[in-house]
Amino acid sequence: MAGDSPTVLDGIREQLAPYNKNGIELTEATDINADLNIDSVAILDLLMTIEDAYDISIPINLLADVRTVGDLADTVRKRIESGMKSGAA
Amino acid sequence: MKNSADLFDKFSALEETREKLLGGGLNPFHIRMDSVKSATQAVIDGRDVILFGTNNYLGLTFDPACMAAARSAIDAEGTGTTGSRIANGTYALHQELEAAIAAFYKRRSAMVFSTGYQANLGVLAGLLGPGDTVLIDADNHASIYDGCRLSGADIVRFRHNDAADLDRRLGRLETGGARAMIVVEGIYSMMGDCAPLAEFAEVKARHGAYMMVDEAHSLGVYGAHGRGNAEACAVEEAVDFVVGTFSKSLGAIGGFAVSNHPKFELLRLASRPYMFTASPSPSNVASVLEALRLIASTDRHRVRLWQNARVLHRGIAALGLDICAAPGPIIAVRMAGPAQAFDFWKRLLDHRIYTNLAIPPGTPNGISMLRCSVSSAHGDAQIETIIAGFASVVKAL
Repeated sequence: MAGDSPTVLDGIREQLAPYNKNGIELTEATDINADLNIDSVAILDLLMTIEDAYDISIPINLLADVRTVGDLADTVRKRIESGMKSGAA
Repeated sequence: MKNSADLFDKFSALEETREKLLGGGLNPFHIRMDSVKSATQAVIDGRDVILFGTNNYLGLTFDPACMAAARSAIDAEGTGTTGSRIANGTYALHQELEAAIAAFYKRRSAMVFSTGYQANLGVLAGLLGPGDTVLIDADNHASIYDGCRLSGADIVRFRHNDAADLDRRLGRLETGGARAMIVVEGIYSMMGDCAPLAEFAEVKARHGAYMMVDEAHSLGVYGAHGRGNAEACAVEEAVDFVVGTFSKSLGAIGGFAVSNHPKFELLRLASRPYMFTASPSPSNVASVLEALRLIASTDRHRVRLWQNARVLHRGIAALGLDICAAPGPIIAVRMAGPAQAFDFWKRLLDHRIYTNLAIPPGTPNGISMLRCSVSSAHGDAQIETIIAGFASVVKAL
C-alpha cells in the first residue's frame, strides 16, 4: 500500500485545509493541535468527514495516538487496509 | 526554585477565557445563590431574581410532600449511609426506590446511582468493554462520552439526530450491529431538541444493535405517563436501557438505569461507578420516592409546564430572537457570539432574571446561547416579567 501513501496524505491535507487559518505548510510533521490550534470538538467533526470520504470507520479512541498530520494519515491508511482485508474475507 | 513545567500550563487557554469573563465584572460560571426561596426564586448578589435557568421542570424541589419525606428520612435513618451499595450502603429505602422506578418504567430491573453522571458512567463503563462498539450522537452529554471512554469500547460518533448517518456508520462495522450499542438522549440539554427515536429504533432493529436512551431532561416531561421521549415516540420496546437522573424533574440528586435484560443485575458487581462510591443519602432517596409517586399519580405539573413552555417560547420568539428548538422545557436562545451572549445574560440579571450562559466549548457546533428552562412552578406574573425583561434587553441592544 506504500504507493497509496501520498494519496491519503494529500486527502488528509485537503480535509485539514479549512482549519489551516494561518496558511502554514501542512507536512507529515505538522502538529494538529499545537500548530493548527484545532479544538477537540472540531477534531471529532473532522474525523467524521474523513470517515465519510474514505467510507471507513475510525473509532475516536484511535485519536489518542494521533498528534501529527502524518499520524492521522497512518491511522486512515491502516483503517483502509483493514477494511479491505475484511471485505475480501 | 520555580518548576518550569507547571502542571497547570495546559489550562492556559481556559485561563485566558476566564480572565476575559471576569473582566466583565461577573463570572457566569460561579454565580452564588445567596439564598433560594422557592423553585423559581433566589437571591443573587443581594437581589431577588426569577430562576429561568435551572432544570427544575416540575418545580418539585419545594414540594411539601417531598420535603416532608426527606425530613422524616433524616429523623429515621440519619444524614448519610457512609457506605457503598455493595457494603453497608443498601437500605430498604434504596431497594424500595429501585422497585418504584422499575414499576414506573414497567421494566424488570432498576439500579440507582449516586448521581446522573455516574448512572451514565456506570452503565456504559460497566456494560461495554474492548471488542464492543458504541455509537454515540455527536451532541451527547459529557457523561456519555466519559463513560464510553472509560469502557475501552470502540467509540464511533454519528451526526446529531441523523438516523441515516447512524445507519451508514453501523453498516461500516466489520461485525455489523453485533456487540454494538447506540446511545442517544431523549432531549438534548443544551439546544432542547428531541431525538427522532422512531427512526433510530428502525435502524437499531435492522442492524441488531442495542440502544440506550438517556431521558435525563425528558423524564416527567414527555410521554403520556412522563416516562420520557421513548414513551412519546412509542418506541419503549426498542430501548434496551433507559438512563435518567433525579436532579431535574424529580428535584433531588442521583441517577438510575432500567432494563428488561435478564442479566442486568450483574452490573451491580461489574459497574465500578456503582460499586465504589457511597450510596445516596436516605433523605434524598425518600424525596425522590415521593416525587416519583407524585408524577405517577398526577399530570398536573406536566400540563402546567407545557402551558408555560408554550407561552414563554411564543413570547421570546415574538421579540425576533432565534430559539434553537420547538417549544419544550428548554428554551435555547441563540446569540451572535460569546460576547453578545455574556452581555445579554448580564443585562437579564440586571432585570432580575437568571438564565444559563452557554458558550463554546460547552455547546454544540460552537454556538453561543442563553439556555433557559421552564418550570411548572413559574407563575403567570413571573412569565410576564421574564418576557418583559427579554423585551427590554432586546430594545436596549
